[in-house]
Amino acid sequence: MVMGDLVVEVDVAVVGGGPGGYSAAFRCAELGLETVVVDSGKRLGGACLWEGCIPSKALLHVAALIEDAERARDLGVDFGEPRVALDPLRKWKDERVVGRLARGLAALAKTRGVEVIGGRAVFESSRELRVEGEEPQKVRFKHAIVATGSAPAALPGLALASDRVMDSTAALELADIPERLLVIGGGYIGLELGQVYAALGSAVTLVEMTDGLLPGVDRALVQPLARRCEKLFDKIRLGTKVTSLAEKGSAIEARFDGGDDGVFDRVLVAVGRRPASAGLGLENTRVNPDARSFITVDDRCRTADRAIYAVGDVTGEPMLAHRAMRQGKVAAEVIGGRPSAFDNVVVPAVVFTDPEVAWCGLTEFEAARAGRAVRVAKREWAAAGRALTLGRTDGLTKLIADPDSGRVLGVGIVGPGAGELIAEGALAVEAALTVEDLAATIHTHPTLSETLMEAAESLLRQGG
Amino acid sequence: MSRPFALPDLGEGLTEAEIVKVLVREGDVIAEDAPLIEVETDKATVEIPSPFSGRVSGIHVQPGQTVKVGHVLVTFDDAAVVTAGRGGPASPPRREPAVAADASPSSRAAITQGRGTASGTVTGSSGASSGAGAGSAGASGGADGAGRVGPVPATPATRRLARELGVDLGSVRATGPGGRVTDDDVRAASGGTEPRTAPAPAAEHAAPAKPLKTLGAEPVLPRFEQWGPVERQPLSHLRRTIAERMTLSATVVPHVTHFDRVDVTELDAIIRRNVEAARERGLVLTLTSFLLKAAALALREHPTFNASLDAAAGELIVKRYCHLGVAVATERGLIVPVIRDVDKKPLVELQRELAGLAQRVREGKATLEDLRGGTFTITNLGALGGTGAIPIINYPEVAILGVSRAREEPVVQDGRIVPRKLLPISLTFDHRVADGADGARFAAAIVRRLERPEQLLLEW
Repeated sequence: MVMGDLVVEVDVAVVGGGPGGYSAAFRCAELGLETVVVDSGKRLGGACLWEGCIPSKALLHVAALIEDAERARDLGVDFGEPRVALDPLRKWKDERVVGRLARGLAALAKTRGVEVIGGRAVFESSRELRVEGEEPQKVRFKHAIVATGSAPAALPGLALASDRVMDSTAALELADIPERLLVIGGGYIGLELGQVYAALGSAVTLVEMTDGLLPGVDRALVQPLARRCEKLFDKIRLGTKVTSLAEKGSAIEARFDGGDDGVFDRVLVAVGRRPASAGLGLENTRVNPDARSFITVDDRCRTADRAIYAVGDVTGEPMLAHRAMRQGKVAAEVIGGRPSAFDNVVVPAVVFTDPEVAWCGLTEFEAARAGRAVRVAKREWAAAGRALTLGRTDGLTKLIADPDSGRVLGVGIVGPGAGELIAEGALAVEAALTVEDLAATIHTHPTLSETLMEAAESLLRQGG
Repeated sequence: MSRPFALPDLGEGLTEAEIVKVLVREGDVIAEDAPLIEVETDKATVEIPSPFSGRVSGIHVQPGQTVKVGHVLVTFDDAAVVTAGRGGPASPPRREPAVAADASPSSRAAITQGRGTASGTVTGSSGASSGAGAGSAGASGGADGAGRVGPVPATPATRRLARELGVDLGSVRATGPGGRVTDDDVRAASGGTEPRTAPAPAAEHAAPAKPLKTLGAEPVLPRFEQWGPVERQPLSHLRRTIAERMTLSATVVPHVTHFDRVDVTELDAIIRRNVEAARERGLVLTLTSFLLKAAALALREHPTFNASLDAAAGELIVKRYCHLGVAVATERGLIVPVIRDVDKKPLVELQRELAGLAQRVREGKATLEDLRGGTFTITNLGALGGTGAIPIINYPEVAILGVSRAREEPVVQDGRIVPRKLLPISLTFDHRVADGADGARFAAAIVRRLERPEQLLLEW
C-alpha cells in the first residue's frame, strides 16, 4: 500500500479511545452509524484504563489490604510484617486487571464493528482527518467526536529531565519503592498515589500550595482523610511551594519557599491535568479551544463546528471518566438524531483514598457562596453499627436539601466505601428525590448505606 | 458576589453578533430562561435567554454594538436569588399562557407587549414552573415571582421525554413530590398524546430539533406513523428564522392584498433596447431595478408605507430614509438583502448594487449590514412563473410588493385588440396602518411610473 492511498469513509470518526471515545463509538455503532476510532496507541481504554483510574485503584486496593492487615492487630489478628514483591504485583495489575479489561473492550469493539485505527489524528478540514503513524490514511467523516482527554500537567518553571521526577503515569508503573518520596500536589492524584507508596513503605512528604488537602472539597469531609494522611505520611506541608528541584547524585534535592529543604529518591508531580487539544489540526476546522485549551461544547456536546463534537476531559472540568462516558453517549445519540442532552444535574466525584471521599450535587460551601438557604444533616459514623463492626468509625455522611421542597440537593460522604455509597446520593439528586423518599426507603441493616437514610430522617425530624 | 454572562456560542460557526435590544434593565429581577437580550447575526435575529435567575446588576452592551462570543453582556447579582422570593407550594394557580412575557417559549411579540405596557402582569408561579417573569416588571413585579434556582426537578427519563415531545420543562405544571415534574405532567403539557416515533435516521445536519417560537400553542399532531412511514427532519437555522418571522407577521399583522396588472410594454422595450449597451458596461439590466426606482418614488409620495407601527406606543414610525429589501431565493431559503437610499441612486447604480448583493447572498457571504434596516420589500416571482401570489409582510415593515411573470396579452385599446405586455403585481399592506383606498392609491403610484417610464427618469 502506498502511503496516502487509503481513504476511509465513515459516518462518525472518534478521535481518542478513552472512556469518552469508546462510549461514543459503541453507542454510534448501536445506532447503526459506521464508526471508527483513531487512537494513538491503537487501543481502547485511554488514560483511565492504561494510566489512571484502573491501575491506581488496583494499587490502592493493595494499599488497603496492607492497612487492613495492620489494623487487624487491634482486633487480635496478626499477619506479621507484609513483604511486597513488585514483580507479581505489577504483573497482576498489568495483566490480570488492565490487560483483561483491555481485551474486553477490544472484543466489544469487534462485536459492534467498530474499527480502531492506530495513529495520531490531525484534522485537515471539517470533513476529513489525516492519520499519521504506522497506519497512515485519511478518514472522511460526516461527524467527528473529539475525545482526546487530558495529560498530566507539568510543574511550571520546574522542568527537570530526570526519571526520578515522575508524573502519575510513571508513578503507576511502580519502577521501585523509593525510600523517600516527595509528592507535589495535595489533590486527589497526589493523595491517592501518596497513600499507595506510603503503604508500600515509602516515607512520603506531601507538599500542597494551598492551605488544605483536596482544595475545593467540603472541609468536614476532608478532615478524616487529613487525619489519616497525617499518620500515613512522613510530613504534610500545606501553604508551601516548591521553588526548585535539582539532581543531587542519585537523588533529588527539593527547595521549598518555607525553607526546610529535603532530599528525595523520587518526586511525584501531581499538579493537575491539561486538556489535550493541541496538534489536532483544529485550526483547519471551526473548533476553537479557549484560553485554557478546552474545547467549548453545548449541552449536546456540539462544538462551534457543526460537524464536530467533543466529549470528556478536553471539554472542561470536572475531568472525570464517568462524565466523559455520559457525554460520549449523548454525542452519539445527538448525531443519531435522538433527543439526547447532557443535562445531568450531578457529576459525582470520588477520591479513592483511605478513607474515601465522595460527593455529588450542591455542597454546603457552594450554597453559602450562592446565598442559597439549605438544610444540612450530618450523620457521624461513630454510632453506626456497620462502621463499628468494620472497625472504621472515621466516617461522615452529609445530606443537603432544599428547605421548601425537601428535595435532595447534595450528598457528601467520607469513610471506607464512600465511593460506592455515593451512587445513591447521585441517583437522589439526579432524579430530584426528596428527603422523605430517602427516609422512607428501606435500607439493608446493618450497612453503611443506612447513614444516608438516618441523615434523611434527622432532617425530617428537624423540619417536621 | 456577581456572575457575569457572556455571549454564548450561537452555533453555525458564528463568532459575533450585533446587539439589537436589551430586554432587561439594571436592577430587574429575572427568571432563568427569561428573554435577556436580542442579538442579530448575519443569519438571524436571536433572543438570548437568561442563564440564571437573579438580579441584573450590570449591563455591559448597548444596541448597535457588535460583540464577539465570550464578551460579557450582563452581570447578575447572586445575592438577589435569595430575595427573589421562594417557590410556593407544590401546585399554585397556573399562569395563563397569554399573559405578558411567559418565560421561555416567549415570542418576540409577547415581549414587546410586556415591555410596552410595563404593567408587570407577572404573577407567582411554583418552583417547578417558570419563575419570575420579564424584566420591566421591575423590582415589585420580581418580588412576587418565584425564583427557581437550578434545574427543573425531574428524572432524567422525564427530561428526555420533554425534549422528545418538545415541551419546555420550565413551563410544565409539576405534580410530583417536592415540585418534581412527572412523565404524566409532561404528557399533559404536550396535549395528552405521546407521539412515539421511530428515531429519526442519522441526520446529515445533526442539530437537534427544537420547538419553534409561535404565538399560540399549536394542536398536537396526529401520529402519522399509523398511515405510513415518516421521517423527522430538524429545521435549519434559517428555516426556523423564516418560520418564526412569518408566523409573527401573519399572526400580528392584519394583511390586505391589492392586485393590479401593469402595462410594461414600453418599459420592456426600453430594457430590450438597452440590453446590449448594459452588457458592454458589465451590467445585466433587469426589471427589478426599475421596480426599485418606481417603489422608491411612490414611497416618497406615500410615506405611510415607508414606516413601522409601534403598537405599544400607539405611534406610526415614519422613516425618512428609503432602504428597500429584495427577496432572494437561495438554496438555504429566503434571504432579503437591503439596498440603501434607493431614492437617491441612479438606476444603473441600483442595478449594479443589486447584482453584487444577490451574488453575496447566494454565496452566503452577505454581511450583517447587507441584511438589515429595510423599510419596504419587493419580491419578484417572475422567474418562476405564475399569475400572482400574495406575499406576507416582512415584519415590522408596513407593505411588500410582489410581482409575477410579465406576459403578452390581448388588450382592448381604442376599440381594437392589441398585444400588450402585462405584469401582475400584488401589494400586501398592514391594514392597521392603511386602508384599502390608501393601498390602491399607493399601488397606482407604482403602476403609473412603470407604465410611463419617463417618470422614472424625471423622478416624478
